[in-house]
Amino acid sequence: MNRMSREQMARRVARDIPEGAYVNLGIGLPTSVADFLPADRDIFLQSENGLLGMGPAPAAGDEDPELINAGKQPVTLLPGGSFFHHADSFAMMRGGHLDICVLGAFQVSVHGDLANWHTGEPDAIPAVGGAMDLAIGAKQTFVMMELLTKQGACKLVESCTYPITGLACVSRIYSDLAVIDLGPAGATVVEMVDGLSIDALRTLTGLPLSQAFA
Amino acid sequence: MIDKLFETALDAVAEIPDGASVMIGGFGTAGMPDQLIDALIVRGVGGLTIISNNAGNGETGVAALINADRVRKIICSFPRQADSHHFDAAFRAGKLELELVPQGNLAARIHAAGAGLGAIFTPTGYGTLLAKDKETREIDGRQYVLEYPLHADVALIKAHKADRWGNLIYRKTARNFGPIMAMAAKCAIAQIAEVVPLGTLDPEAIVTPGIFIQRVVEIATAASAARAARVGDDR
Repeated sequence: MNRMSREQMARRVARDIPEGAYVNLGIGLPTSVADFLPADRDIFLQSENGLLGMGPAPAAGDEDPELINAGKQPVTLLPGGSFFHHADSFAMMRGGHLDICVLGAFQVSVHGDLANWHTGEPDAIPAVGGAMDLAIGAKQTFVMMELLTKQGACKLVESCTYPITGLACVSRIYSDLAVIDLGPAGATVVEMVDGLSIDALRTLTGLPLSQAFA
Repeated sequence: MIDKLFETALDAVAEIPDGASVMIGGFGTAGMPDQLIDALIVRGVGGLTIISNNAGNGETGVAALINADRVRKIICSFPRQADSHHFDAAFRAGKLELELVPQGNLAARIHAAGAGLGAIFTPTGYGTLLAKDKETREIDGRQYVLEYPLHADVALIKAHKADRWGNLIYRKTARNFGPIMAMAAKCAIAQIAEVVPLGTLDPEAIVTPGIFIQRVVEIATAASAARAARVGDDR
């Protein structure tokens, strides 16, 4: 089956981020979206540890341990960037000032519930970080993930079995097989990779997907 | 003459008692007041409740405090990481109580304490395990969770420059929880890289006004000394 690579997924997400957007890219796969944002657009990357106008990783030797991103990797600050404390940083999310956040997920429900912080296994030590604030705070929350687990289980589900991060917060998923909009009416397929049919996708996911295009 | 400067980190943390609640600034190791924490370890206090974003990274800071068996409880957002082995071991051994708080709620609860609010309604965490059994309310069509302020006896934070009145500026992403923890603790102690004469910090640029700071101790770390030696990069 034809699948998008992680780089192709990152490029696809980057294409949908408009000029002037304030954006938070989650730890892991979503972080790579930054590498593909068009250079001719002013896009403001926010990192919840207190910077806006985040730039790429510094050259080797120029790392500053006091200039890091949420994943605790060294980054740079672009001209016009700013620093702020944690209460302001999360006010940017909760207060509805952040336009887009892109997160990874264990599961997403067709109504946009997100599960991405805890596997629910009894011996797991959970860590939530800023996931719950980001999920419900940004004006639009996108999820970027492979549609199926390595075992072939679909991560888009009727209702999440993993512990919830936020209810009805994800508006779109960008996966390796399809771009799918989510909402009160359920899941609507916007795009599919070449060679995949809506019927095949319905079979793979086991979900009654609608289709937004002819 | 008011002078909040202390000679040494050991002096600055001298009266912190066993069982104290201690806020510790930092996000990972950025902004972690390592030398104040080392002083706390040397002072020998234990049974502490720590409020910090993480539960220690590597061998320094909060990780050192946990490794020295001084922490009874930790309130944080992101304990488990690749380098949180001291926390992991203490937690699995049942030596440490964990209260997990979403990062923005942690910030809001600390800020609420500093701002004198009785509680907050936050949308974060609604419908999740972390809001289980908590009071909720619908306001203007949206669901909120009732959360209470987080106070502390002491805050240990790291800033860049200070004057003798305790006015502070920070450096880059080392700012993180420092300004709000300073507000929320009865005694806020700042470890700083450089003391400057009163009146030389730009009043428009002061991030934490001295009213929130009780003690300041100057600690020139290897990193700050190296920065100062590199002309033009000392900001």
